[in-house]
Amino acid sequence: MLPEAAHQHHVPGLAHHFDNLEQQAEATTLGMWVFLVTEVLFFGGLFMVYTVYRNWYPDAFAAASHSLDITLGTINTAVLITSSLTMALAVHAAQLGQRKLLMLFLVATMALGAVFLGIKSVEYYQKFVEHHVPGAGFNFEEPQYAVHAQIFFSLYFVMTGLHALHMIIGFGIMTFMLWWAWRGTITAEYYSPIEIAGLYWHFVDIVWIFLFPLLYLLGRHAH
Amino acid sequence: MSAHILPKRVYYTIFAILMFCTYLTVQIAFFDLGALNTIAALGIACFKATIVILFFMHVKYSTRLTWAVVLGSIFWFGILIALTMSDYLTRVWRTFG
Amino acid sequence: MPSSTVLIPPRHYLNDGYGIKSWLLTRDHKRIALLYLASVTFFFFVGGAMAVLIRLDLATPAGDLVTDETYNKLFTMHGVMMVFFFLIPAIPSVLGNFLVPIMIGAKDLAFPKLNLFSWYIFVIGGLFTLYALVTGGVDTGWTFYTPFSTVSSTTNVIPTALGIFITGFSSILTGLNFIVTIHRMRAPGMTWFRMPLFLWSTYATSLINVLGTPVIAITVLLVAAERVFHFGFFDPRLGGDPVLFQHMFWFYSHPAVYIMVLPAMGVISELVAAGCRKPVFGYPFVAFASLAIAVLGFLVWGHHMFVAGESVYSAMIFSILSFLVAIPSAVKVFNWTATMYKGAVSWDTAMLYAYGFIGLFTIGGLTGLFLAAIGLDVHVTDTYFIVAHFHYIMVGGTIMGYLGGLHYWWPKISGRLYNEALAKLSAGIIFIGFNLTFFPQFVVGYLGMPRRYHAYPPDFQVLNVLSSAGASILGVGYLLPMFYLMWSLRYGRLAGSNPWGSVGLEWTTTSPPPTENFTETPVVTWEAYDYRAPVEGHVA
Repeated sequence: MLPEAAHQHHVPGLAHHFDNLEQQAEATTLGMWVFLVTEVLFFGGLFMVYTVYRNWYPDAFAAASHSLDITLGTINTAVLITSSLTMALAVHAAQLGQRKLLMLFLVATMALGAVFLGIKSVEYYQKFVEHHVPGAGFNFEEPQYAVHAQIFFSLYFVMTGLHALHMIIGFGIMTFMLWWAWRGTITAEYYSPIEIAGLYWHFVDIVWIFLFPLLYLLGRHAH
Repeated sequence: MSAHILPKRVYYTIFAILMFCTYLTVQIAFFDLGALNTIAALGIACFKATIVILFFMHVKYSTRLTWAVVLGSIFWFGILIALTMSDYLTRVWRTFG
Repeated sequence: MPSSTVLIPPRHYLNDGYGIKSWLLTRDHKRIALLYLASVTFFFFVGGAMAVLIRLDLATPAGDLVTDETYNKLFTMHGVMMVFFFLIPAIPSVLGNFLVPIMIGAKDLAFPKLNLFSWYIFVIGGLFTLYALVTGGVDTGWTFYTPFSTVSSTTNVIPTALGIFITGFSSILTGLNFIVTIHRMRAPGMTWFRMPLFLWSTYATSLINVLGTPVIAITVLLVAAERVFHFGFFDPRLGGDPVLFQHMFWFYSHPAVYIMVLPAMGVISELVAAGCRKPVFGYPFVAFASLAIAVLGFLVWGHHMFVAGESVYSAMIFSILSFLVAIPSAVKVFNWTATMYKGAVSWDTAMLYAYGFIGLFTIGGLTGLFLAAIGLDVHVTDTYFIVAHFHYIMVGGTIMGYLGGLHYWWPKISGRLYNEALAKLSAGIIFIGFNLTFFPQFVVGYLGMPRRYHAYPPDFQVLNVLSSAGASILGVGYLLPMFYLMWSLRYGRLAGSNPWGSVGLEWTTTSPPPTENFTETPVVTWEAYDYRAPVEGHVA
C-alpha cells in the first residue's frame, strides 16, 4: 500500500500512476502488442481485397506482377530483414546498458530503412514511367488484362504506400529513441521504450514479408 | 525487468535463416508448380514471420497473455478471410470473364 | 472509519485545478470522461435534430417537408452522428473512462496521456463530419454502400469518411487503454472474478473495438481513395465488387452494435445488483456471456447482406451463427431477472431505466431472431421493421442503459443528488415516448413501408403520425435530464460517498473522488456484490 503523498525518491522513468517499473514495462509492452493487433486487422483489410481479386483475376494479376522489378524487390526484402536484425541488436544493447552500441544500431536501422524507401521510390518512378499508375494515364501492355491489371496496381500502390507510411512513422519513433538514448534516459533498468519500438519495427518487417511474395512472386514462372 | 536476454548469436542465426528463406522463395517462384507456387510462397512467408515473432519479438519467452494476443490477431484475420471467401468461393454464378 | 460521514471532501478532482487549461490538458480519467460527456451530448443533439426533421416530414405521406435529396442527407447524417459520435463512444468513453480505474482500485488508466489524445481525436473527427454536414451533407446512408458512395454521389463523402476514420482511432485507443488497464492495474486482491460485471462488459467491448474498428478504418479510407483515384476495388465497371465493400463494412459494423449494447448490459448488471441488493445471479455465466457476445458478434455480419448478392450457402452459415449469438444475450436477460427474484427491488430512477432496458432489449433482440431467418428477412429487409428493430436495441437498450448509468453514478461524478421526482418523470416520459415512436414502425415495416423513403402510401399515415407524436414526447424526455442534472450541480443535495448503499470500490471513495481516486490503495478481500456484509465494512 502506497501512502499517496510520500514519493521519497523519484524512480527515473516511472510514471506516477504505476506502482513500479515492472508493472509499467508490462503495461507498455502489452499496450504495443494490442496496438499491433489493430495493425494486423488494418493491413488485413487490404489483404482481404487482394485475396478476392487474386482469386477472380489470376492471369491479369500474374501478368501485372511480372512487370514489377524482382531484383529491387528482393534487395528491399533483404534490406528490411537486415534492419530487423539491427533493431533486435539495438534492443539487446539497451538491455545490457550499452548506450553507444544502442545508438549505433538505431542509426543502422534507420539507414537501412532509408535505403528501403529509396529503392521503393525508384520502383514507383519506374511504374510511373511505364504508365502503370492507375488513373487517367494508365496503360498496360497486354490489353486483354488491362482492366484487371489496374486493380493489381491499385493494390500495389495502396499496400506498399501504407507500408511505406508506417516505415516513415517508424523513423519518427526511432528518432525519439535515438534522442532518449543520447540523453541517457535509456538504461539497463529502463529500456522498454526501445523494446516496444522494436516490436513496431518488426511488425512493419512482417508486413513486407507477406507483401513481397504476394506482389512480386506471382507469375514469375509464366511468360 | 524480468526479460530474457537472448544471446546475439540467436539473432544472427535467425537472420541467416531469413535471408536463406528469401533466396529460396525467389528461386521457387521461377518454376511452374501450379497451385504449389502459392502454397510454397505463403508457407515460406509464414515461416519467416513466425521466427521473427518468436525470436526478434521475443514471443517465445513472453507471457501466455502475449501469446494469446498474437494468436488472437491471426485468428481474427482468419475470420475475415474465411467467412468472406465462404461467399466468394460458393457463388455458383460467374459474373466475370 | 467509514468515509460516508464526510459529505464532500475539501479537495477532489473537480476543484483540483481551475481554468480551461486544467481541463483541456488534463490527464485525469475522470475529467476526460466529462470532456467526452460534453462532446457526445452535443453530437447526440445534432443527430436528434436530424431525427426531428425526419419525423416531421414523415407525418404526411407526401415527401413535402424537404426535397428527396435533402431527405437522403437527413437520414444519413442522423445515422452517422448517432452511430459513430454517440452510441459507440457514449458508455465506454463517459462511464467507462470514469469508472474503470476506480472499480479496479487504480489511480488512473494505464495510458492517461493517450486517453486525452483519444478525446482530441474524437473531437477532430467529429469536427470533420460536422464540416461535411454544414457544407452540404452526405446522402449515401450511414452505410456508404458502393458504387454510389464512390462513384455517383455528389455529396461530401470524403470529409465524412475521413471524419469517421479519424474518430475510429479514438475507439481503438480507448479500447487498448481499457484492455491494458484491466489486465495490469487491478488492485491487490481484485481478481478477475471479483470485478464488477461492468468491467467484464467493458473489457469485451474493448476487444471488439480493437479487433473490428481497424477494418472499417481501412474500408472508409478505400472509399475516400476510390473517390479520388478511381481504383475500382468496389466499382463493377472496373472489375470490382460492390459486395466486397459490404463484407468489409459489416465485418466491423455488426460487432459495432455489440460495442453499443455490451456496455449498456454492463451498466444493467450493476443497476440490478444495486437495485435488488443481491449479487447478480450466475456471475460467471454473465461474465462469459459478455465474452461470447464479443466473439460470436464477429461471425454474423453476412446477415446484413442476405439480399445483396452473397451466395446462398454463405447466407445459411451466417444465418445459423446469427441465431447462436442470441444465446449469450438471453443468458444475461435470464440472469438479471433471476437476480430480481426475492431481491429487495427498488424503484429508484436508475432501476426504472434498468427495467426498461430488460423489456425493450428483449423485444429488440427477439425481432433480431426474425431477421436471422433468411426467408423472413427477405420480406422485411429495407423496411421499417429493420428500423424499429435496431432502434429498440440502440435506444430502448443502449440509451436506457446510458441514462440509467448516468443517474446511478451521477452522485459519484458530481457529489450531488438530482431531483428524484423529475428524474422518474423523465424516465416515464422516455419510456412512453420511445414505445410510441418505434412500435408502430414494426407494424408499418411489416406491412411493407420501405426505409429511407419520405413518401409513402396514405394507408400508412396513421402509424407514421403515431410514431412522430411519440418522437416529440421522446424529445421532451431527453431534454428534461439536461435541465435537472445541470441544476443539481449547483443546488442538488450533497450525496456523500455511498448514497445508494451499494457494494463496489467506487462507493468506498468520496463523492466526488480525489484526483488519485483513493487516499490509500485498496486491498480487496470481498467478492463482487457482497451484499451480505454491512456496506460500511467495505472500506479498506
